[in-house]
Amino acid sequence: MFPDVRSDFPLLARTAREGKPLVYLDSAATAQKPTAVLEAEADFYRLHNAAVGRGAHLLAEEATEAFEGAREVIGAFVGASGDQIVWVENATAAINLVASGIGAASDGIGDEAASRFVIEPGDEIVVTESEHHANLIPWQILTQRTGATLRWIPVDGKGRLDLTDLDSIVTDRTRVLAFQHGSNVTGLIHPVDRLVARARAVGALTVLDACQTVPHVPVDFPALGVDFAAFSGHKMLGPTGVGALYGRRELLDALPPSVYGGSTVKSVTMAFTTWLDSPQRFEAGSQPVAQAIGMAAAARYLTALGMDNVASHEATLGAKLRLGTSSIPGVRLLGPVGGASEPVLGLAAVVVDGVHAHDVGQVLDDAGIAVRVGHHCAQPLHALLGVHSSTRASLEVYSTEAEVDAFLDALSGVRAFFGKKGGVS
Amino acid sequence: MSDLEQMYQQVILDHARSPHGRGLVEPTLAAVGESHQVNPVCGDEVRMRVGLEGDRIASLTWEGQGCSISQASLSVLHDLVEGTTLDEAATIGDAFRALMGAQGEAPDPATEDLLGDATAFVGVGRYPARIKCALLGWMALKDALLQAQKEKS
Repeated sequence: MFPDVRSDFPLLARTAREGKPLVYLDSAATAQKPTAVLEAEADFYRLHNAAVGRGAHLLAEEATEAFEGAREVIGAFVGASGDQIVWVENATAAINLVASGIGAASDGIGDEAASRFVIEPGDEIVVTESEHHANLIPWQILTQRTGATLRWIPVDGKGRLDLTDLDSIVTDRTRVLAFQHGSNVTGLIHPVDRLVARARAVGALTVLDACQTVPHVPVDFPALGVDFAAFSGHKMLGPTGVGALYGRRELLDALPPSVYGGSTVKSVTMAFTTWLDSPQRFEAGSQPVAQAIGMAAAARYLTALGMDNVASHEATLGAKLRLGTSSIPGVRLLGPVGGASEPVLGLAAVVVDGVHAHDVGQVLDDAGIAVRVGHHCAQPLHALLGVHSSTRASLEVYSTEAEVDAFLDALSGVRAFFGKKGGVS
Repeated sequence: MSDLEQMYQQVILDHARSPHGRGLVEPTLAAVGESHQVNPVCGDEVRMRVGLEGDRIASLTWEGQGCSISQASLSVLHDLVEGTTLDEAATIGDAFRALMGAQGEAPDPATEDLLGDATAFVGVGRYPARIKCALLGWMALKDALLQAQKEKS
């Protein structure tokens, strides 16, 4: 039995419009924070705040220790060591760091080791049609910058990656295969093993967007075998303003930085600069220290709950959510219902027949239910699924069966609300 | 009436269900302006075309997709603005924008007369996230009129 953790999250005690109980089902956009995270961040400022990585005083030592300790905690949370973790402001920045680094290498920046990243006309970068814009646009730009070609793995009508032609899409011309671990729209967890195996067979780098999985299921990047992976703090109960890039150490040490400044250099002359090894070479300027410490507190909190327990709690609720939405007349669930043979994250994006997502969200909001409406930064996927936008409910450790029931109940009433007034088509 | 019902008044739902002015028409006029506006938050979009006859907006049509608020607002805009002069359209547009900024406060009777059906949008002002939906068409109008006037001069 999963413990009731709601009292750990102060915000959940507040009410929604007109004093109604808050039903927060927008955790895939951003999760609420437990007291442990709030206190870790505040304690840093209250007791240890100082510039990290320099300074000979006690506070600087404490701050540096806490900051680097947080790196170890985040590394361990994803099966890695601390020196495989680069702090970034969010997952978007992590993906951009890799894409821009490859772009810089292709421009001739970096030492001999950077040449392994050089991309030229004739080379190809492969993504999938299911990507969040954050794992699509940086690669579009990189192909424009290098003259390489962008290709993509298609999805089927349910949003599953269609790997039928994988071998002709990912070929020896492929230099990068960038893909998401789990979809923020269909909730599908993609077959990382097959994609990594193919990428390895052709010598392509793999870049994994793991934003939706790291907070919800046990994730071990070295075991998955990906070269780089991105995830954010705020979706895993941590603060905003911090995220992490995981990378294989030899790659991180070879990738040239693309943001330049203090704390990243071995030596600087008026004409030339040599960089420190990773992660420092990528962490130019002041870092989100308190946020990193808060993110580590979130990882500790989740680890104490046990990621297997978290995954199973959310799978149970998620199954109820997806089955429930798919059985309401006039409501279409995007993606398959899922099950043991087809793992899906604890979220449901739905389309209500004849009612725009904004209008659906408004009716739910009136019932105190917070959901996400729109295209969730996945416009291509929505277009391929034949819709413009959707309404998404997403779960977290603090979500309850009663909340899923409240959502299903309110969702069932949406068409009636508009219908009784004449309907909107 | 709850806040929600106040936003989705019957007149708004009626306009959303069968909007007026929908379907782009190519006006046979000297000065034609067109504008394409997108709400980047939701991807809702509108393409509006206006045709001027002197300083009168002789033709106003649009094509688009979006939520009931944006679609109804476009429909009401068409009814209010087609046939008016540029000055009158500017006055109506300003009044509608003021209504959106009024946080749900009912307008004075003169403004109510000026805005007609558009007064029903008063409830939208209570929902900051939806004001953009209601204003999408009005942004397109402003831009399309500028284009048309450029063409004229």
